[in-house]
Amino acid sequence: MNDFYLNAGLPQPAATPLDEPYWQGLRENRLLAQRCNACGGWQWGPEWICHHCHSDDVGFVEVAPEGVIYSYERVWHPVHPALGEQGPYIVVLVSLPQAGDVRMIGNLLGDPEQPVEIGAEVDGVFEHHEDADPAFTLLQWQLR
Amino acid sequence: MEHTLRGRVAVAGVGETAYYKRGQAPDAEFKLALDAVKTACANAGIDARDVDGFASYSNDRSDPSRLAAALGCKELRFANMQWGGGGGGGSGAIANAAAAINSGLAETVVVFRALAQGQFGRFGQGPRRNTIAGDMAYSVPYGLMSPAQMFAMKVVRFMHDHGVEQNALRAISLACYEHAQNNPRAVMYGRPLDEATYDASRWIVEPFHLYDCCMENDGAAAMVLVSSERAKDLPNPPCYLLGAVAGSHYRAGASVHNTPDYASSTFKTLAPRLYAMSGLQPEDVDVLQSYENFTGGVLMSIVEHGFCAPEACNEFFTKDRFLAAGGDLPLNTSGGNLAECYMHGLGLNIEGVRQIWGQSTSQVADAEVSMVISGPMVTPVSACVFGSEATR
Repeated sequence: MNDFYLNAGLPQPAATPLDEPYWQGLRENRLLAQRCNACGGWQWGPEWICHHCHSDDVGFVEVAPEGVIYSYERVWHPVHPALGEQGPYIVVLVSLPQAGDVRMIGNLLGDPEQPVEIGAEVDGVFEHHEDADPAFTLLQWQLR
Repeated sequence: MEHTLRGRVAVAGVGETAYYKRGQAPDAEFKLALDAVKTACANAGIDARDVDGFASYSNDRSDPSRLAAALGCKELRFANMQWGGGGGGGSGAIANAAAAINSGLAETVVVFRALAQGQFGRFGQGPRRNTIAGDMAYSVPYGLMSPAQMFAMKVVRFMHDHGVEQNALRAISLACYEHAQNNPRAVMYGRPLDEATYDASRWIVEPFHLYDCCMENDGAAAMVLVSSERAKDLPNPPCYLLGAVAGSHYRAGASVHNTPDYASSTFKTLAPRLYAMSGLQPEDVDVLQSYENFTGGVLMSIVEHGFCAPEACNEFFTKDRFLAAGGDLPLNTSGGNLAECYMHGLGLNIEGVRQIWGQSTSQVADAEVSMVISGPMVTPVSACVFGSEATR
C-alpha cells in the first residue's frame, strides 16, 4: 500500500527539451501549460511552434489546477504487470477553462467504482514520487 | 483528365494465409507475407514476377525490396507506406496503389499486411520500460496505454453526448459473431455469441466488454490491383474501385487527446469526399465492412458515413439490420476483426471484394456497391468503395 493512486511499477515520465518546464513545475506544485508569447494562444501537449499563429516564441505559463471532466473511462483489464493487482481505476480527461480549454489526462481520486459525471468540476492534486530516481510528480484530480 | 479514381482501377485478385490465434502461426511473418502475395497473384491469374509495386501501412515489417527479391519481380516501380494510423491505413494503401496505377507509376501493385505477433510484439500491452517521454509520458503513468484505453475515452464522450446505450455496441458484436459462424476461415468459427454471454462478459475498459474488442492474430492478406482495362482480360469478375479517401480532420493528431472534434471516428471530413468521388449516397451501399478495433469505433463510423443520425443510434443499431440474411445494412459479413481475424483490417477489404464477386460465406444478394471503412478513431483513417460492372 502506498500513497499513490496506482500501484508502483509503471514507466515513469522523463522530461524532454520540449516539455522540461512542465515536469519541473509539477515538482514545485505548479501547473504550467504552453502559451504563445506572440498571440496568447494556449496549446497542449507542447509543440515547438504555436498552432494558432506559427510563432516559435512559445512559453509555459502557470495556470490554476482547476478543470472540468471532459470524458473519462473506468479501466478493468490490466495491460501492464504493475497493475495486475490494481483492480479497476478511473482515468479522466480534464479540460482547463482558464487555459483555453486544453485537456490533460489524470486519474480521478477516490472510489474507483464511483459514478463519474462529465462536466463535473475537479481540482488538481500533485502526487509526488519522491523516492523515484529521478523524483517526479503526477497531477491527479479530485471532485471539487 | 477528371481528377478522380472512380472506376480507373480494379481488384484483380485476393489472397490470405490461414488465420491463426496470436502467436500461433507456424511460419515467420515474412513467409506469411510471401504466401499471401503468391495466393493473391494466383487468384488474379498474374505471375507474381510481374508485380511491380507494393503498398502497405502501419509500418509493416515485410520490406517491399525484399519481397520483390524473394519473388523475383522483374522490376520494382512503387514501394509505398501509408504513414501512421494503425489499421487506419488499410483502404489508404489501396488508395495509394490505385493512384500509382492511375498515374502510370506502376502497373501491377500488391497491397498487403502481415502479422506474426509471436515473432514480434503485441498491440494490446503497455510498454515495458522504466521511463517514458513525449506524448506517452502524459498518459502511461496514469494507466492509459493500450488502444482500448485510448479509444474508450472518445466513445464514452460520444455515448454521453448522444444518449447511446450499451445495446448499440452489443448489436455490432453479435452481428460479427453471427457472420463468423458461416465462415470456416474465421478464428471464431464454431464459437457463437449470444446476448447473455455478451452481457456477462468481463469489462476490458468501460464501455468495452471483452466482445467489443478485436482479436489479435497472426497471418497475412494481400490484394492485387491493376488498371480497369487490364482487369477485363483477367479471370475474376470486375471489381472496380469507385472511391477511396485517407486522412483526418483539423488537428486530429493534436496530442494528449486535444483534437478539437474529439468524440469522432475521424471520418467527418472524409466521408463526404468518398461519396463525392464515388458518386454514391449512403442508401446506395449494399454491404458494409467497418473496421472494429472496438465496437464504439464502428458506432461512430456508421454515424459519420451518414447511415444513421447520432441521436437515432439506440433504435438503429440492431443485430438483425446488420445481418447478410435480410438486413438492410449487412455489416462485417466475414466476422470482421472481432470474429474472423484481425489482419489489421485488410481482411475487411478482401471481404468487401468477395461481396462484389458473389463469393462471401454470408453473401448479400445482388451486392453491387461494397464499402469498407478502415481504422476508426486513429489518424489518418481511410475508406473505400468497391463496385460491380453495373456501377462503373
